[in-house]
Formats: sequence, C-alpha cells, structure tokens
Amino acid sequence: MASERIPLVAYLVLEPEPHLVAQQCVSCGARFFDRRNACGSCGGRDFEPAPVATTGHLRAFSIVHRAAPGVTVPFVSAIVEAGDGTTVRANLLEVAPDPGEIPLGMPVRLVTYPAGTDSEGTECIAFGFAPVSA
Amino acid sequence: MSDSVWILGTSMTRFTRHEGCDLVDLASEAALDALDDGGVTVHDLDVLACGTLFSANAGVGQQLLGQIGQTGISIYNVANACATGATAVRVALMAIRSGEASMALALGAEKMGKMGLLGSPPRAPKGPTAYEASGRFGSVRSVDGLLGTKTMPGVFGQAGMRYAHDHPGVGFEQFAKIAHKNHLHSTLNPLAQYRKEFSLDEVKASPMVAYPNTLLMCCPTGDGAAAAVLVSEERLGTLSADQRRRAVKISASVLTSDPYVEGGQVQPDVNTLTRNAADVAYEQAGVGPGDLDLVELHDCFASAELIHYDNLRLCEPGGAGDFIDSGAPYRDGGTPVNVSGGLISKGHPIGATGVANIYEIATHLRGEAGDRQIPDAKVGLAHVIGLGSSCGVHILERSAA
Repeated sequence: MASERIPLVAYLVLEPEPHLVAQQCVSCGARFFDRRNACGSCGGRDFEPAPVATTGHLRAFSIVHRAAPGVTVPFVSAIVEAGDGTTVRANLLEVAPDPGEIPLGMPVRLVTYPAGTDSEGTECIAFGFAPVSA
Repeated sequence: MSDSVWILGTSMTRFTRHEGCDLVDLASEAALDALDDGGVTVHDLDVLACGTLFSANAGVGQQLLGQIGQTGISIYNVANACATGATAVRVALMAIRSGEASMALALGAEKMGKMGLLGSPPRAPKGPTAYEASGRFGSVRSVDGLLGTKTMPGVFGQAGMRYAHDHPGVGFEQFAKIAHKNHLHSTLNPLAQYRKEFSLDEVKASPMVAYPNTLLMCCPTGDGAAAAVLVSEERLGTLSADQRRRAVKISASVLTSDPYVEGGQVQPDVNTLTRNAADVAYEQAGVGPGDLDLVELHDCFASAELIHYDNLRLCEPGGAGDFIDSGAPYRDGGTPVNVSGGLISKGHPIGATGVANIYEIATHLRGEAGDRQIPDAKVGLAHVIGLGSSCGVHILERSAA
C-alpha cells in the first residue's frame, strides 16, 4: 500500500466518499473547477464550494485512438451531465472502447482509481465514470 | 452603402507540404498574386494585416514587406487560433471603415509541415518526481488521457456526438458522408492538398483517430498562404471598369467569442458563438441562409461540419443529419458546402484558412472558379472557428456592375 493518497486534481475530494467540488458563484450559481479571478458568467467575485452529484448521464463521448506519447490508447473520453446539471469531462471506465457498447444518455456514476505513484510513494487518485449497471 | 468595403484582388497558394520554401516565400507569393489580381501594387496599400499562428511572434508582416516593399505602412500581426485569417481580413476591413485607410492587404500564412496531432500537452518530464499540485486545476500530473481528451479530433468528435445525443438519426454514417463529399469536391480544385476521391466505405474503414472521426474525416496539417486586397467603396470608384466589375462586396464581417455557457469549461462550446456570428452576419448583409449560393465552413473534422449546418441555419433546426442525407451540401445540391474540398481535403494551414475561404467564395462570385465553378453564384458565406474560441463569418456578394 502506498503511504499516502493525493487527488489528481484539486476539485476531486477523496474523503469521506469520493466526489467533485466546484467553485460556485454566489451571485449567479455558475460552477467552475479551476482557480477563479472572477465569474465568467456574471463577473461576481465571491464563490463557495459546491459538491457535485456523483451520478449523471452520458452526453457525449469520443474513443481516442491517437494521443500524445505516453498516453494509453484507446480510451473513452466522456462528457457527463451530473444529476445537478454540472458538466464534467473524464474517462469512461468499465466499458469496451466500442461505440456499439456505449449508448448515449446512459446513466453513469463517479468512480476513482490509482493513476500512478510518485518518488515519495504517494499514490495519485484519478476519477472517471462507469455505467451504473456495471 | 457608402462605407462598404470590397475585395479588389485575391489569391492563394496551393495548400500542400511546400518543401524548399519558407513562410515568407509563401506569404510573398500570395501577396504579390493578390496585388496583381487587383491591378495594384504594394505602394497602393495603407495597411497590412498579417495572420499567422505558429510564427505569431516572428514579425511575419514586417518580413513580408521586407521582401515585397518596405513602404512604412502600419502592420498588424494577428493571431487568433484557427480564426487567424478571418481576423486579419476583419482588421483590414476595420482599418478602412475607420477612415484611416482606403486600401489594405489581409494575409494569412502558415507552415506546419507534418505537425501531427494538435491539442496535446507538452511532454511531461520523465521519471517519478514528488507530486505537487499546480496550475489552475491543482493537478499533480498531466491529465490528458486520464480526464478525457483535449486533442482536437476528440473534442470535435464529442461535439458531434453531443449533437447525435440530442438528434436521433445522426451518427457515424452521416459524419462519413461529409468526408466523402469534401474529398470528392477537392478532385476539381487544383489548389487542394488532397485531390483524391474516397468511397464512403473507404472513409469509414480508414484508421480511427477519435471516434467518430476516422483519419479521412480529419483535416491534414500543411503549408500555404492566401491574401485579399480590400478597398473602400470611394477608392474603388476611382479604379477601372474592369477592376470594379471583378470587385466583390463584403456584405457582412463578424467576429464573436464564447458567451458563457454551462459546460464550456470542460467541452468547448463551438455552437453558440457560431450561431451568434451567423445571425449578426445575416442581419448585416440583409440576406438569409436560403440566399446563399455556396458556403465554405470550418470542417476541421467531419463531425464539425455536421453541427455547423445547424449553427449556420443551413438546415431546419435539428436537421443536420437529414441535410447531409439529402445530398443538399454536395456541389450539385441546394446549398453547396465546401466545394473547395474544405479543410478536410483542401487542407488547413491554420493562418491561411480564413483568408483562403474568402478567396474561394470570391472566385466563384467572379465566375472564375474553373472546373469547380458553382453556376451563377451571387452570394456566399465563409466561416471559421478557432478553439478558445473565436468565430469569423463573412458574407460576400457579387458586384452588381
């Protein structure tokens, strides 16, 4: 076991249950995953953390066969609309990279998995989505 | 309208891999040919707007005039992703509209060679170092391939599949037909990078790059340049009858960027800004989609062309699948789209593309498009989109003279 775990991105929270946290504009409710200077929708300056629903449905995907060196292909890139309306991009997991096996609109759930270990033995945890039925 | 701006001369180099000549050679060839075409010289120009993306910090406009005539005029070097060329045209047009210039050269040029996949992140350092959160997302390592893709074939693949999600009847078959069409069209264009017809089965069976886009549904990288000489209506009036007859009117010129939409942070929204640009352009020009005799739109990938049928209002809302299935965008259909071969087959040297589209439309409106001429073309639309995003739409009209 790795001595410690760290999320791949700051907007992935691992404990107590893995979920994503968006920065939500206090004025208009727009949600962002990046560090903000102001709101891209209304210009508001104040944000609050907002947990993102861990289930949703598949809005779009691409099965990527050619990528930068070091990226394992094929993989399924997915655009997921979480149950609360927040749009998330991640890999679609636990499916064959075959368009016939990936129905648009199917229900999905957030899953996490180890995505590498650093020189200190710290394990990086990434997230993706998997079919609810899987 | 007295403040109308006209295209006096235009040209493009062949799009291909130009061995043995550099970016300034390509830019010079396009510029000199456009000046010759317009019957003017570099000494007649008040402004140069020079668009190039991957050499944006190289002062290409200055290098160009260093070769063809250092007249001391204002030079605006512009870069705006795949909308770079259209931005150069628009900068030239705005210089004329402002009253500071009466003749301007808009140029787009790019030398990409075999650049490969665009959108990949820089190569990560080798070997496991200690994880440390960095950047705007607090990431501890490259997320490409872990949190989906940001490479262009996949991003536009997802944009097409999102349309498919919302519109049953759209899928792999419809995207493949678009690439079949554009490769077929390019066989008539001597300036196209590819000039080879591929069957629908060959398009579908070519290697998958990012579903639904196979290799034959993706634009190539390449080299090329295109140019347009723009002139004010007042100055055009002082030129010869032949120059006035061949001049093409710019009836609309629009550049938009992304308005905020939910989800735009993770999947570029290539639709809303295109719709906004098209709507403003139709209003400026006083024409509708039904008036267009031909359209050159930004088919960086087959999946992109399909959604832009709808974004540019070329089809009924939601009807992009039926539109390609009906054959309407083929060159003998009701609304010919990308009769040049489009980016997929004509090629996409990025800075040149948005000027080359205008060259293509103008050439048809003048009745000078040779084997690929759309008969009696009077009105055409040129569209480009650069991710990030910027969308340029120009509507051109044949001279009434």
